[in-house]
Amino acid sequence: MLTGEGLWFRYAPQLPWVIQAQTLAVEPGEVVGLMAPSGFGKTTLAKLLAGYLAPTKGRVSVDSQPLPRRRYCPVQLVFQNPELAVNPRWRIDQILREGHPPQMHQLDALGIHSGWLTRYPHELSGGELQRIAIARTLNSQTRYLIADEMTAMLDANTQALIWQAVLDYTRAHQIGVLVVSHDWPLVRRLCDRILDLAADQDHCTLVSGVAE
Amino acid sequence: MLSVSNLSVTFSQYEKGLRRKQLTVITDLDLEVQAGEVVAVVGASGSGKSLLAHAILGILPENAAVGGTMLFHGQPLTPERCQQLRGKAIALVPQSVGYLDPLMRVGQQVQRVAQLNGLSKPAARTAVKQTFQRYDLPPQADRCYPFQVSGGMARRVLVSTAVVSQADLVIADEPTPGLHPDVVTETLNHLRELAQEGRGVILITHDIGAALLVADRVAVFYAGTTAEIASAQDFASGNLRHPYTQALWRSLPQNDFVPVPGTQPSPEALPVGCLFSDRCPWVTEACLPERPALRAVRRGLVRCIHADR
Ligand code: SF4
Repeated sequence: MLTGEGLWFRYAPQLPWVIQAQTLAVEPGEVVGLMAPSGFGKTTLAKLLAGYLAPTKGRVSVDSQPLPRRRYCPVQLVFQNPELAVNPRWRIDQILREGHPPQMHQLDALGIHSGWLTRYPHELSGGELQRIAIARTLNSQTRYLIADEMTAMLDANTQALIWQAVLDYTRAHQIGVLVVSHDWPLVRRLCDRILDLAADQDHCTLVSGVAE
Repeated sequence: MLSVSNLSVTFSQYEKGLRRKQLTVITDLDLEVQAGEVVAVVGASGSGKSLLAHAILGILPENAAVGGTMLFHGQPLTPERCQQLRGKAIALVPQSVGYLDPLMRVGQQVQRVAQLNGLSKPAARTAVKQTFQRYDLPPQADRCYPFQVSGGMARRVLVSTAVVSQADLVIADEPTPGLHPDVVTETLNHLRELAQEGRGVILITHDIGAALLVADRVAVFYAGTTAEIASAQDFASGNLRHPYTQALWRSLPQNDFVPVPGTQPSPEALPVGCLFSDRCPWVTEACLPERPALRAVRRGLVRCIHADR
């Protein structure tokens, strides 16, 4: 289980708290939505859970173990803008081979053309590059995926295609997913359970879209 | 006001060994915008929607060749005329505050736009004040640097730049991704107001949901061409003509969330016939030999030979 317990965060002692006393958990194979108004620190929380930032107070753990500092992090984060997530000087196949390469059929499922593999990030469109950033996280070392507005830049058809491929993979491999998004219909469609930071508790449990 | 027909944009690139490669990224693109209406241009990334904006604004890179015609108030939009009109009669609401000068206070930047449009310095200052008031921007916002304003405020500053320019035609490029629904609605309402004042507004977006909240008409782009131009009501009423538009609509999470598989063909490998033929559920032999022309079907325009079935 991925847990964040009693999480507090601020950038410096003289600055205000961005995250205050948040506790949340995601089970393996579960898809959890995270909703909150702007300014509630959703993105910061996502970064804490993926080890991009260290909490000022509290702790993040996977199966009671703290996140590893040096090794590949079992909690992977995908943001809205893939440009910031890849090394601009590496070729796409290099980017994908870094760490734990995904399998060919997953590249297909995500609609990644083999022709893209020999290009550089700036030669792909934002939507194409986002598929690469996602493909990179779908490997045997990933236990949890945090999708922070992951498909907000994509058209509806591509969004549905990508989520179909991602959820097929995470269900088959019991990967827990945290969906951070402003898009209420999307969150409702994807998630087994929705957390509302503003309500400060796990206030509603919804059956995921397919069963509706 | 604006009439784009058969627009094409071709990039020439030099490959290794000085071989020149021509890449046509927009083919046969059509769009009309009247005064007082919001036309949404919707499509996947790479569908040509941003390039259309760049073509209208005359800011395509040098290695781009433009074909077809663009008329603005009946006169051809030549590169010289684009440059004259840009920021004046034709204004852009940019995607993010990243387009603002990071070292200049936002009030000053908006004022500069007003002055570029021929207002005297005092008149420009008044215009900025009025515009900030109109958009509920606190007076202090005027003295903020771009990085100091919140996401919602930034949207309003960006709209302000278009408003003080007095432009007839306003182009908003992807103004809403990842924003909170309240900010999205607010931003779209501002665009609606600009149209109510008699301007033409082009909303470029990948988000059909956002487009339908505000647009009168929706142009759906696919692989660099206009697949369909429909009225906004056609979506909910099931009057869509092109199978791609129908697929986009069905794939929304609030509808079926069922996508059509595959991706847009790349400009390097466009099919000879209909650009959607490799993904189309209706495809027949007749779709393959040539590109379907844009034609009128049920009071809309569509580039599909089987659209009236
Ligand atoms: S012309 Fe043919 S392939 Fe193209 S959209 Fe229409 S039915 Fe489909």
